[in-house]
Amino acid sequence: MFGRKTFHGGAHPPEEKHWSEHKPIEELPHPEEVIIPLQQHIGAPAEPIVQKGDTVKTGQQIGKATKFVSLPVHASISGTVKAIEPRPHPLGTNLLSVVIENDGQDTWVDNVTPLTDYMKLSPEEMKKRILNAGIAGMGGAAFPAHVKLSPPSEKPIDTLIINGVECEPFLTADHRLMLEKSDDILKGIKIIMKILNVHRAIIGIEKNKPDAIKLFRKKTARKKQISVLPLTVKYPQGAEKQLIKAATGREVPSGGLPMDVGCLVHNVGTTLAIFEAVSSNKPLIERVVTVTGPGIKSPKNLRVRIGTPFQKLIEFCGGYTDSAAKIINGGPMMGISQLTDRVPVIKGTSGILVLDKKRAYLKPEGPCISCARCVDFCPMKLVPSRIATLIEHQRIDEAHNMGLLDCIECGTCAFVCPAKRNLVHYIKLGKALWNEQESKTKQVA
Amino acid sequence: MERIFYISSSPHIKDTDSIPKIMYSVVIALVPAGAGAIYFFGIHALWIILVSIASALLTESLFQLILKRPNTIADGSAIVTGILLAYNLPSEVPLWLPAVGAFFGIAVGKMAFGGLGYNPMNPALIGRAFLMASWPVYMTVFKTIPRAGTLSGIDAITNATPLNVFKHAREILTHTPEHTTEQITRAAQAVSQLYSSHGALFFGRVGGCLGETSAILLLIGAAFLMYKRIIGWKIPFTYVGTVALLTWIFGGTDGLFTGNALFHILSGGLILGAFFMATDMVTTPVTFKGRLIFGTGCGIITVIIRLWGGYPEGVSYSILLMNLTTPLLDKYTKPKVFGGK
Repeated sequence: MFGRKTFHGGAHPPEEKHWSEHKPIEELPHPEEVIIPLQQHIGAPAEPIVQKGDTVKTGQQIGKATKFVSLPVHASISGTVKAIEPRPHPLGTNLLSVVIENDGQDTWVDNVTPLTDYMKLSPEEMKKRILNAGIAGMGGAAFPAHVKLSPPSEKPIDTLIINGVECEPFLTADHRLMLEKSDDILKGIKIIMKILNVHRAIIGIEKNKPDAIKLFRKKTARKKQISVLPLTVKYPQGAEKQLIKAATGREVPSGGLPMDVGCLVHNVGTTLAIFEAVSSNKPLIERVVTVTGPGIKSPKNLRVRIGTPFQKLIEFCGGYTDSAAKIINGGPMMGISQLTDRVPVIKGTSGILVLDKKRAYLKPEGPCISCARCVDFCPMKLVPSRIATLIEHQRIDEAHNMGLLDCIECGTCAFVCPAKRNLVHYIKLGKALWNEQESKTKQVA
Repeated sequence: MERIFYISSSPHIKDTDSIPKIMYSVVIALVPAGAGAIYFFGIHALWIILVSIASALLTESLFQLILKRPNTIADGSAIVTGILLAYNLPSEVPLWLPAVGAFFGIAVGKMAFGGLGYNPMNPALIGRAFLMASWPVYMTVFKTIPRAGTLSGIDAITNATPLNVFKHAREILTHTPEHTTEQITRAAQAVSQLYSSHGALFFGRVGGCLGETSAILLLIGAAFLMYKRIIGWKIPFTYVGTVALLTWIFGGTDGLFTGNALFHILSGGLILGAFFMATDMVTTPVTFKGRLIFGTGCGIITVIIRLWGGYPEGVSYSILLMNLTTPLLDKYTKPKVFGGK
């Protein structure tokens, strides 16, 4: 309405992109062993279809999808299956994983071959390829892409939005992908547009990436259906609901999905993986990870095989500095802190961030002084402090009535709180308690 | 050597702002008015301010010691309470008065509820209300003539503060049958002189409580706090705006719509109250609409007390009464959730 496309609220954490934004993507040498969890996505975990002792090729399916909202997993290197057992997982627990010992050959399976007229495939055939390739949302949420691309017919889509925002501080993987793989990304956009039968695609890029904006503007200059939208730098512009709001002015209804307002959002990395799957049958077995932060000697953007332990990436980047204090899978606002660096890179690992003690704020909480910064800056227009206090006092139903489930856990509230209250922690706890309560009542009913 | 990694929920970075930073910024914002108080009323003003601060700090420490809780005076909130209480006192009060007032304000107004963040009403105003009820003479006698000015801001009258003069004059002018012609003439003269004494009111060459007289010094501090986003515009502007509107309509001596809004805004404790006490975060609503209603409510009550109540000034009571409505306002003005109906 006032000419500036943005969303309500949001904060300005220091961008800290300078550590790695100018470092071109480097290929990480393949590790001696990869650990491939059977759950790397939202939905039902995959079931293993190999056994200990089997030899596998790169790209070979080793786990099959068990439901519609589920995904297969594939071997990311060639070698021998050493074990199928629970292993540490970046989500915090031990989960069943297939451990493969590398034979050093990187022998690929036969069916990964480029198809020149892939655009002639039907949308159903394309979606089948995307499912078989095990594509999950690579922005971090890891939702199965083929499910996202199958909205019910009563929810027509008119706008595809490609998420090149990368609003988390420190992360630059998507930025480098946009600079180095722009043509393939555009091809991926065309594929998605065909599958969904949409005629409008918007590529959202935050203004702190002027080179990517310029490049994509040039490449879409003659394409009427695809446009580039430079966005004001504000966290969390890359959050799906906020991106849709800024790009189209529409608000996804509470409890609803983007398809309820005719939109669909895909990360640039996912778009690229979709192109590779549809055009060459290539399964999702590698991704770009930004290894960065004051705790890393030499930050880089690395292309790594899924299942590579964090330790290998950190070593390749010179190892830890003396001040290293916290390892995070993802970015500093929403990432998950890790107990150990022996966890593997999974489909949604966009970054490995190692923070120093100073940035990893570890001081005790103070009382809420009702300063209302959390209220003013919450992108979902909640009252985070009140919700957190209700949860502290176990008043979960009231917390739910105040919009507990609408929280996207972006961390803006806790970031701006002068009392340093761990608001997101309480909200995550509240959601878990609510779900527990709900499943109990469903059992009884 | 095993490296230790810290674990916590996201977010893993936090902004550099903190409660002490906010409190000490408020202290800094109040310094110009304090310097003005000393300039206009003499060195005794400084002792009042310091005693009030010291008493507030000692009271908070004492209670935290007794209750075996960590000592939090370093967060600066007790200092702010001490300063604000002092600014609400006349300049000739004996030093035991701010000591007792600060003690009461912190003990009953803050510590009894659990300390910072848990009090329902502004502790400095609780202290002031207590002093007002217990020692009304000390609290309502203004004798010190401000440097380079007069008590009332006008030449005609030298023994009362502007609002006092106004209330008395307006009483006469709105009940003309009960007064002599001479009284009426003098009252009308006083009113017209008050209405043109904006300069004196703005700079502080008038009598009154320590921190309330100089509008400009207070506004400088308020501008600083607004720039640092520690106070917002909603409460002060709705408060002052409501007072301006209602005094213009009802506050005149010649019938409706004859009031002098600017006189009312600049006199008494309105600027101090609207910008520094009605904006106290702990005791005011957190929602957008809640804040607008809060400011408006303070304005309405202030005007009612000033024009039709027993006191010439109504700022402290209006803020205390609206503080009590804060939980209710918060409950019923919740923002519409993103994507909500």
